[in-house]
Amino acid sequence: MNTMTLSAGEAIPAETKATKPAAEPPSVKNQAVKRPEEIASTVGSPFCDEAKLRMRNVNVFYGEAQAIHDVSLDIGRNQVVAMIGPSGCGKSTFLRCLNRMNDTIEGCRVEGELSLDGEAIYGPKVDVVPLRARVGMVFQKPNPFPKTIYDNVAYGPKIHGIASRRAELDEIVENSLRRAGLWNEVKDRLDKPGTGLSGGQQQRLCIARAIAVSPEVILMDEPCSALDPIATARIEELIDELRQNYTIAIVTHSMQQAARVSQRTAYFHLGKLVEVNDTETVFTNPEHELTEAYITGRFG
Amino acid sequence: MTDLTQKQVRERIAARLASRHRKEKLFRGLGIASIAFGVLAVLVLFTDIISKGHSAFLQTDIQLEVTYDPAELGIDKIDEESLAWANFDGVIRASLRERFPDVSGRRDKRELYTLVSNGAGFELRKRLQDNPELLGKTETLWFNADDDVDTYIKSLSKSDDGFLGRTSEQKVVWVQALRESGELKKRFNTTFFTNGDSREPEQAGIRAALVGSLFTLLVTLVLSFPIGVAAAIYLEEFAPKNRWTDLIEVNINNLAAVPSIVFGLLGLAIFINFFEMPRSAPLVGGLVLTLMTLPTIIISSRASLKSVPPSIREAAMGMGASRMQVVLHHVLPLAMPGMLTGAIIGMAQALGETAPLLMIGMVAFIVDVPHGITDPSTVLPVQIFLWADSPERAFVERTSAAIMVLLAVLITMNTCAVWLRKKLERRW
Amino acid sequence: MQTPTLFALLLLLILVAYGTGFSRAVGAARSRGGIRSLASLPNYYGVHTALWCGLPALVILAAWLIFDDAIIRMLVMGGLADKPDSISGQNLLYAQIQNMAAGKLIGEGTPQVAAAAEHLASLRQSGQWLQTALILILSLGLGAFALLQVSPEMRAREKVEKVLRAILMACACAAIFTTVGILMSVLFESLRFFQSVPVTEFLFGLHWSPQMALREDQVGSSGAFGAVPLFTGTLMVSAIAMFVAVPVGLMSAIYLAEYAGNRVRAFAKPLIEILAGVPTVVYGFFAALTVAPFVREVAQSVGLEASSESALAAGLVMGVMIIPFVSSLSDDVINAVPQSLRDGALGLGSTKSETVRKVVIPAALPGIVGGVLLAVSRAIGETMIVVMAAGLAANLTANPLESVTTVTVQIVTLLVGDQEFDSPKTLAAFALGLMLFISTLILNFIALHVVRKYREQYD
Repeated sequence: MNTMTLSAGEAIPAETKATKPAAEPPSVKNQAVKRPEEIASTVGSPFCDEAKLRMRNVNVFYGEAQAIHDVSLDIGRNQVVAMIGPSGCGKSTFLRCLNRMNDTIEGCRVEGELSLDGEAIYGPKVDVVPLRARVGMVFQKPNPFPKTIYDNVAYGPKIHGIASRRAELDEIVENSLRRAGLWNEVKDRLDKPGTGLSGGQQQRLCIARAIAVSPEVILMDEPCSALDPIATARIEELIDELRQNYTIAIVTHSMQQAARVSQRTAYFHLGKLVEVNDTETVFTNPEHELTEAYITGRFG
Repeated sequence: MTDLTQKQVRERIAARLASRHRKEKLFRGLGIASIAFGVLAVLVLFTDIISKGHSAFLQTDIQLEVTYDPAELGIDKIDEESLAWANFDGVIRASLRERFPDVSGRRDKRELYTLVSNGAGFELRKRLQDNPELLGKTETLWFNADDDVDTYIKSLSKSDDGFLGRTSEQKVVWVQALRESGELKKRFNTTFFTNGDSREPEQAGIRAALVGSLFTLLVTLVLSFPIGVAAAIYLEEFAPKNRWTDLIEVNINNLAAVPSIVFGLLGLAIFINFFEMPRSAPLVGGLVLTLMTLPTIIISSRASLKSVPPSIREAAMGMGASRMQVVLHHVLPLAMPGMLTGAIIGMAQALGETAPLLMIGMVAFIVDVPHGITDPSTVLPVQIFLWADSPERAFVERTSAAIMVLLAVLITMNTCAVWLRKKLERRW
Repeated sequence: MQTPTLFALLLLLILVAYGTGFSRAVGAARSRGGIRSLASLPNYYGVHTALWCGLPALVILAAWLIFDDAIIRMLVMGGLADKPDSISGQNLLYAQIQNMAAGKLIGEGTPQVAAAAEHLASLRQSGQWLQTALILILSLGLGAFALLQVSPEMRAREKVEKVLRAILMACACAAIFTTVGILMSVLFESLRFFQSVPVTEFLFGLHWSPQMALREDQVGSSGAFGAVPLFTGTLMVSAIAMFVAVPVGLMSAIYLAEYAGNRVRAFAKPLIEILAGVPTVVYGFFAALTVAPFVREVAQSVGLEASSESALAAGLVMGVMIIPFVSSLSDDVINAVPQSLRDGALGLGSTKSETVRKVVIPAALPGIVGGVLLAVSRAIGETMIVVMAAGLAANLTANPLESVTTVTVQIVTLLVGDQEFDSPKTLAAFALGLMLFISTLILNFIALHVVRKYREQYD
């Protein structure tokens, strides 16, 4: 598939680089929406030394259709990596490969090497149950179970048998809620249904639920897209705090959010990873024309 | 984080993994077992019915050489009256005696006469009525054997001894003799499809019940489809949101779950007692089944109306069509396939229904094929019920055969419904 | 004129009315510059005229046909000086009069019958005349009236649509009439029953033997109408049925919805749904001839006494019948549980069965309970299986291997054959029908309510 390997400089035609985007939008626009085979391999720095998650040449298919084309990426320990790109670019699909949530979709096939701390994620003998306990996930829409707040957080520890005593379980629930910044708001109503909370609180409850099983990595699939700006700000703060203990991969639609919370940013386009760089580099000095077109708001 | 390190957590999770996976397997196994149970139930039911019923499509016949002897018949000319009085049984008996000349003694002879169905005389009368020139002549004809003989012959194919029942040793000798000479054979059972009910299994057929079912279903269809569609249109397209509409909806949903026998009570008390409609008539049966299937048809028709996208209504309304025109010209034609499917399923339900029809007297013993919707008649499921109660062993296979016919019709109807849905339903 | 002829004539009149209305509208428009000047299309004028001409006449004709016999009977019987008191006696007498009038009665009846027969014949004759005259005058008169109204200004379409709408609404109200009809039919006869048998005896009596003697002087002429054995029998058979249907139906729904691949689903689902399409009489036959002997044999092989008609056999087969019902209702509610909840549980590392047991089922529980209640109501009301396989003896027993009887079985046995509407034996069936209707109504009501609330939760 990838027969051409272009360096960063060659990938961007000289005239586009010279003329500022605003001056000549049509030509850029025409080039912006490219067919997948026209996008060459990833530019920037997709690899890092202390990788928690290591992905090499990942291809994902839904039946006949290919959703992810040959993506290679590292996610470093205690790092927040943001994945951005236009709708349908495959960033969510890619995220769901990391804890094998794609297994639940019929006809979905994943190829390539994915490893967590050097252990293969898609190995033949890998048990998804402990894997998903290590790689937790927070979803686009807050999805608390129709149970009490306490039971929502206690669900994971209970099924995994993490707590040996009731007191231990209570402690885990409290700690998780504290970490999610929700404890003070809900400590008096732990026995009320989790579905009764506001949207932002529900999402933080879901984060508490995820960290209750002590994961190493947390995957977040547009966690703020259903929330208002204030709740969003609250979650963003939380993500920053969580970075101390966890490795986080976040898919987001909002470039400002990516800029605020992440250390590295990966730009996906039509199932391909176009560019990976330090967040600052991506937003101030993107290497690839498509990244630039996207972050300057010409499509997406 | 807490006093539990990530490592401890990992260890605790790992410790329980095996038992969790065992439970997973068990749960999955239970699911598979349930599916298997359901599928097995279908297979057992069908094989049971078919293995019991397939033999009823063949009937043991006996070949006899009969002489239309005027002396034996006791007549000298052919007209209606003399045919009515003529002794056709005597002719059959004479030919049986001729075939087995060694049989003597009153009791033995009587035994001999029961080889052939006692309906043979009627068949002979019909033949002579249609061909008067046969009087005085001799011909060779096949007659239905008595059901005991039939049962014995059919049981031979299953075991060597055969089921004797009321069949005496002596009769077995005669039957074997007839079989060896090719005068006794199993042939396709046309009687089963051309006759009405009878106390004698070998003469019993499903024709009357089939025609009764047809009439009943016709009444049901003619009433329930238009009323059901009209009600669905009103509720879906015109009804204002108020208490009365809510009441109608609650009523419809409840009626869909009321036991069918209660509809039978309604039919008995209202149609037969109050309006004094004829008992056992397809008209009343059809009315009762109409009330019973109406909720089904209304509910499926509404679903089908609902699936027509509002954009169609808006488009037509935008052209200045009235609400009624929108519905009649645009919505109804698009919803029709779904409605027809619902109607077929409702009719299949009505065709299989038994209990309410027992209430309104459709359990009568009906020999004659009904000619109209007010003639006393029975329907196929009720016929099955009646036969299932009969003690004769030969009725068991006929009951199963009638069930096979009923199931075949039902499966055809449902297949049609599925086909219609696939073929005509549009995806929006 | 005979009714069919009259009906045919009426149809012809309706057609003519349509044609005249149509052409009159076109004619009226011509002078004004074509049909554009009409308020509605000409065919609406035709339909309008036809409706006036036909609808009232058809309604009157239908009412006539329904009440005709009853009124004539009332007139004939009212004129009789000497008539029996009992309803059956009156029925017999009236049948005699009818036969006499039809000339079918061979020999001669009493002078009273002969006179009444003549009266009947003359009433029928004049009734026929009256009917013909009334219908024809009505349809012609109203048709002419509607024809006179035809003018370009008249908004025929709106009037026609109003009538159509009223007809649609009347059809929708059929459901209410049916419910009222059911209530009336079971309530009135039950009230008559409770006049001779106290409600408390019926509801709490432990002995049921409704066989009333035909003559007063026969031994054991009074029946016993304690319905408790029927209630317990019904409950036992239903409980056995639910014991089979709920676990199997629920587990197969779960397997099909959560585990099975497309191919298994496409094969197993319709196959199991065949069970729902099999008529109950077929299940009854299967229960009586195959399952009951099998149950008996198995019971005997482990040293238990079993009746040839056992509650167990009927219950098992009924359970099989209800499996697809439970399974398709559960399938609906399980599929209504949002995928996001499953994702949430799986994302935490639940196994599939943990997800189903701890998240999906609790979330779907109200819907499943509603479905099970509907299934219970179906089991209670099921008739043919128990009639054919459960037996008639009203045993008060907790042993499923004995034969029990149910409410529906007794309704059928009491009402099949000759009925006398003045004997408690026949009326008892309606009292049982009332019990059945009320209990299923309550179950359905709760079930539908629960299911609806559940739907709203995830809509």
